Amino acid sequence: MPRTEFSPSITSRPVYPGLTPQGATPAIMLAEGPGAEAILDLAALDASVMDLAHLIYIPAGHDAGLRLAALGAKMYREAPSYASALERYRKALADARMGTTLYLAGSEGMIGQAVAEALAAGLPPEAIQTEHRGTIARRMQCVHCKGVTENVTIDPFLCSHCGLTLFVRDHFSRRLGAFQGVCVDAETPGIVPEVQEIKP
Amino acid sequence: MTIQFHDETFRDDYTFHNSPEGIRRFPFPFDQDSYMYSVNLEPHAGGKAGSPFEKRFDVDEHYVAEMRDRAITLAEDPLRCQSLPHMELAGWDFLELVMVSKSEDYPELFMLNRDGDRWHWINRPLGIEQRFTFLDATTLPCGPMEYITRQTQGDHALLDQRDGNLWMDAGMVTSQADWSLDFDIGMNFFEWHAPVPKAHELGVFQRALKFLLNLQQGAPSRRLNWTMTVNPRLDTSPENYHKWGPEKRTVAPGNVGAKQYLRVELQTLWRLPRSNAIAFPIRCYLCSLEDLVTVPKWGRRLHRVLRDLPDELAEYKGFAVNRPVILDYLAPFDDGAPTSPGIFPD
Repeated sequence: MPRTEFSPSITSRPVYPGLTPQGATPAIMLAEGPGAEAILDLAALDASVMDLAHLIYIPAGHDAGLRLAALGAKMYREAPSYASALERYRKALADARMGTTLYLAGSEGMIGQAVAEALAAGLPPEAIQTEHRGTIARRMQCVHCKGVTENVTIDPFLCSHCGLTLFVRDHFSRRLGAFQGVCVDAETPGIVPEVQEIKP
Repeated sequence: MTIQFHDETFRDDYTFHNSPEGIRRFPFPFDQDSYMYSVNLEPHAGGKAGSPFEKRFDVDEHYVAEMRDRAITLAEDPLRCQSLPHMELAGWDFLELVMVSKSEDYPELFMLNRDGDRWHWINRPLGIEQRFTFLDATTLPCGPMEYITRQTQGDHALLDQRDGNLWMDAGMVTSQADWSLDFDIGMNFFEWHAPVPKAHELGVFQRALKFLLNLQQGAPSRRLNWTMTVNPRLDTSPENYHKWGPEKRTVAPGNVGAKQYLRVELQTLWRLPRSNAIAFPIRCYLCSLEDLVTVPKWGRRLHRVLRDLPDELAEYKGFAVNRPVILDYLAPFDDGAPTSPGIFPD
């Protein structure tokens, strides 16, 4: 699955420029699903990026584990979900020294949460590289009840917490790692536009 | 000058009202018969006597009721007031600015005695007396920004300056034109303005940021912004949009003059001395159409501005759906006569 090309949007919507090897520097790598292909491409450009890398892979139904393990990262770990990888990832961020590069590849939901963690841990934004691969599903925060609904692929959608029907905005909070969902029938309760698939 | 503070509400039964003097001093935002975005900044260095521009922090007849409304909103949703950990010093800077300004500008209402870092504050309209130690947050009932903004009309954002940008890292936001502090906190200048249509293409935000990064202490700036609100509601937050949204559809020819309000923000910008942050008060003024048209110049001009506004802006400002009814109401007050320059009544 190639890199995702997104249509132009507003200035708070994240962009994912892609991964560029920084050589054999300390690195934390988090790949989810088809994001594995971005790490494989990165290592093909410069195999030395793996020398000091701590690579965590969340397969999410995409089986690239054997190929990733063969890259020879200093540390390699497969995790069944982002939640299960979170404490290990936080420890890696806490242990990171100056000059560490963070490589993130996968869905917007994973990248959004992982960037928020990294910024909260004090990593400078310029040390974070991102590449989008795979699903264009969004992680949406309901502005009304504040609950986050994962993997939203349709617009409008039902908030999985409060049940309001929300439309999908492009407005994105890096702190929350989520897009904003706003009640679509606030002015005309019950009158909801036709459901559409989200486009990149 | 004695201000008669109104006992009035900004929700439920909406008893908010402007006195005749309140209408005359309303900060009408249009200085000509058309509107487009601009970086309309000017020095906030006083203004016409009696106008909202005269004092550093305008206190008017709605002060006590607005602070009561803020307390209700905060009790329902404490996330309307947030401050990231590095912003406490900016909160003290802002507390000092407001206390000093108000006690000097309204000595009959506010008093501040300072003995070194031992301060004594009296707020007569709200019946508050507080002795505290400046820069010691344990001596106040809450953080310094929350403490002073519970006593200061308008929303307030505190902007940290770093990396050649401004970051909205603290705020008290209970009377907003449909934006969420809880969502936007931590964003930079371009990110929190991202949803505004057209202005990015016009380069408005690049120019405004450049200006603000160079804002100097003691030389505050101001600008007016505006939108439209149905009913005199301060809390038009996205959080509660599903609660106030239905009210927007209750506007009809028979009630539009009373229900439709022009909502004006007097935005001021202040460089803070210790933190180098910028304080950004966003003061909201409300005036119904039927009160506005009592000033003939405003009736004529508002009709022309709203009639000629691009659809995209009417949509963004949230009144596109009611524009025909509003224009039908205003049209009889526009006799086609020329209007004088500037915002003030003739």
